[in-house]
Amino acid sequence: MYLQLTPRELTFRDEVRAFLSSSVPRDIREKMLNDGRLSKEDIVRWQRILNVKGWAVPHWPVEWGGTNWTAVERYIFREEMQAFPAPPPLDFAVDMIGPVLIAHGSDEQKRQFLPRIANLDDWWCQGFSEPGAGSDLAALKTAARRDGDEYVLNGQKIWTTMAHYADWMFCLVRTARGEKKQNGISFLLVNMKSEGITVRPIITMEGDHEVNEVFFDDVRVPAANLVGEQDRGWDYAKFLLSNERATIARVGVSKARIRRIKELAASEYCMGRPMIENRRFREKLAAVEVELKALEMTQLRLVAGEEGNGRTGSSDATASLLKIKGAEIQQATTELLVELAGHFAMPFIDNESQELVGDCWNGPFVTPEWAARAAPTYFHWRKMSIYGGSDEIQRNVLARGIFGR
Amino acid sequence: MDFRLTDEQRLLKDTLNRLIAEQYPFDRRRQYQSEKDGWSRAAWARLADLGILGVLLPERYGGAGGGPIEAMIIMSAFGRGLLLEPFFATVVLGGNLLTLGASEAQKVLLLPALASGKLLLGFAHTERHSRHDLANVATRARRDGLQWVLDGEKCVVLHGDVADKLLVSARSGGEDQYDEDGISLFLVDAEASGVSRRDYRTQDGLRAASVSLTDVHVSSDALIGTSDAAFPLIEEVAHHAIAAICAEMVGAMEEMQEQTVEYLKTRVQFGAPLSKFQVLQHRAVDMLMALEQARSMAMFATMMLGEKDLTERRRAMSAAKIQLGRSSRFVGQQAIQLHGGIGMTMDCKIGHYFKRTTMLDLQFGGADLHLQELAEMGGLISPGAPLPRMDRPIVGRSL
Ligand SMILES: Cc1cc2nc3c(=O)[nH]c(=O)nc-3n(C[C@H](O)[C@H](O)[C@H](O)COP(=O)(O)OP(=O)(O)OC[C@H]3O[C@@H](n4cnc5c(N)ncnc54)[C@H](O)[C@@H]3O)c2cc1C
Repeated sequence: MYLQLTPRELTFRDEVRAFLSSSVPRDIREKMLNDGRLSKEDIVRWQRILNVKGWAVPHWPVEWGGTNWTAVERYIFREEMQAFPAPPPLDFAVDMIGPVLIAHGSDEQKRQFLPRIANLDDWWCQGFSEPGAGSDLAALKTAARRDGDEYVLNGQKIWTTMAHYADWMFCLVRTARGEKKQNGISFLLVNMKSEGITVRPIITMEGDHEVNEVFFDDVRVPAANLVGEQDRGWDYAKFLLSNERATIARVGVSKARIRRIKELAASEYCMGRPMIENRRFREKLAAVEVELKALEMTQLRLVAGEEGNGRTGSSDATASLLKIKGAEIQQATTELLVELAGHFAMPFIDNESQELVGDCWNGPFVTPEWAARAAPTYFHWRKMSIYGGSDEIQRNVLARGIFGR
Repeated sequence: MDFRLTDEQRLLKDTLNRLIAEQYPFDRRRQYQSEKDGWSRAAWARLADLGILGVLLPERYGGAGGGPIEAMIIMSAFGRGLLLEPFFATVVLGGNLLTLGASEAQKVLLLPALASGKLLLGFAHTERHSRHDLANVATRARRDGLQWVLDGEKCVVLHGDVADKLLVSARSGGEDQYDEDGISLFLVDAEASGVSRRDYRTQDGLRAASVSLTDVHVSSDALIGTSDAAFPLIEEVAHHAIAAICAEMVGAMEEMQEQTVEYLKTRVQFGAPLSKFQVLQHRAVDMLMALEQARSMAMFATMMLGEKDLTERRRAMSAAKIQLGRSSRFVGQQAIQLHGGIGMTMDCKIGHYFKRTTMLDLQFGGADLHLQELAEMGGLISPGAPLPRMDRPIVGRSL
């Protein structure tokens, strides 16, 4: 056992670092440091820079733009991106639908979609959840009826992240009603420009528009957009969800935030001294850092392919662990940010109109920009323990691993 | 010992709860929020008519002579209703500053106007680096003949945008920026020349302002109390503020707890209401325990407001703020979590309560700051043997 990266891996890491410092647009990095909202254009711009470099979809097979990196190299790459910070790839596209199409899509679907995903020519959204089917995803009701060469969709999706940007949705629909509700679900690719689709915004508590309701009213989808076999969509969805959970620990994101907090704490005062000299604040930070290191080590064990004793059970179970802990730690860092901001976390900045932005930042008088983003970030990241399978559902998965069904 | 309310206090509580339930439903609140001031002048006038604005003020100035318990009752009711109106800024902060610190002439002039809803006040105390260090005042006050001249910047003055008059703390003496001696308090007309305000909405949908004072001249009768000696007054009012905040948090937490229990009973997943899952039952129970602990500490803070021993009172206030901060964080986070996606939305009440309690935790010192202070004071329980002095890494004297 040894912890160090090999000389080859170190060289690789330096290469990634050099690339990031020369290629991440300054304005985008600045926004990320302040927990600002990235626009669609920001994310597309960055994805295309990555694509030119050939690093847009490193974990895919080489024939579709992958890099043949080892698991450790892929880890280093992701980690360095998060810590820089550079924008994450659009996970719905790159980490979710891409791998599903590679594993289960038709040749035609691969040719049509994969290169466009790598270049983010198409924006993808995920249409799984419905009003009555959240944690109990298989209870979904949106129906697809086969009509010649087409499916006809009726029903409603909810919580669809960035559906208002989307060109395509991958979507679970009911094509049959079997004894088990997991049977009879199909996996469809739906063009968001199709007739009969209505996208309605949902505003989250901090005031942002990120999620939507999507309504299908006799929407016609070519049968060629079915992924894999009809009625077997649940299998593909499970495959996709475990990919989603595996990338969700975001150790690098938390590292970046902690680094940022320490930097800011040097100029925020408490009892006449910078917060960073405040013993209690530092102890709290250190405690989070320990949890984070433990999570990083757990993730590294997974990445490096430890011959473990199988305590955590299947990789599915490990993914759940990463999801729960990753969310906890990220949420804890946002709480620390609010504490650091203190009363300067109180002013509300309207994200759409940027009401207070501009001259009114005018120094720290109203509130420094990072402090104005602290509370909304804290509120917003409560979602981490809800979406992608809530904390409770992940614990159920882990419990099944320990106790069986 | 008696934790019961008197008949009159119960009447106040019932009246308020009924009033708020009838006249302040959640959709109405949204409407009020979009009014010019971000709250309802009509609702404010109703509170004045019913005597609520005067409940805490002395009878001889048009009030009802209520005390800390009445304040607790009112603030919890406001917490449940998530009221937007400037009661805390005007009555709890402003009213107490005047009642406890102003001269007879000032009281006669101001308090009746306060009780009738005609006068709005703001407490302009917090500064860029002060956090909850109440003595940390950099704003300067210097004498100029018979006048005083104020210069400085104040942050997050609650409802400072609408205040007719601002109660401004300023340093007129003392050794340095952190000295408890040398702080004075002035009543400044918000429209006075040299006062400029920048108003904004706060994260919880209320209002605040930054106030800058440049060469603001006020006459000598603008001074509240004695010059250089305002710190004890400010601290005492801060204690009233803490007890009031705790009570408001209790009201908000009660709502979050009840609504979450209701939601778990109705939301069906996996063929059963969520309330059938034992983990969720236990979580709801943990929320209830956090709430009860918080309620107890809010009462403790309220009853300790009359404590003469300053150290004991300080300890009590810190202890309450710690418990309320922790409980409300737990209850709020769980309420969102157990509501799932719905809890994340602007249309769901829960998020608004969560935002409110988060902001209340930040006011007059967060849980962590008070934990530190309470630890410095040796905690709540006196040891058999004397405690060793703590190694204090903080409290520097220079900026
Ligand atoms: C910001 C945000 C973005 C999202 N983006 C997307 C998206 O792009 N696409 C998409 O398809 N979905 C998306 N979702 C939906 C998300 O996956 C669901 O919110 C999630 O599955 C939870 O479902 P629910 O909201 O219906 O909560 P519910 O299922 O109603 O759960 C409510 C609470 O009960 C708990 N619970 C439920 N069942 C059990 C049980 N058996 N045991 C113990 N506890 C239980 C839950 O953990 C939760 O705490 C998003 C959600 C959010 C908040």
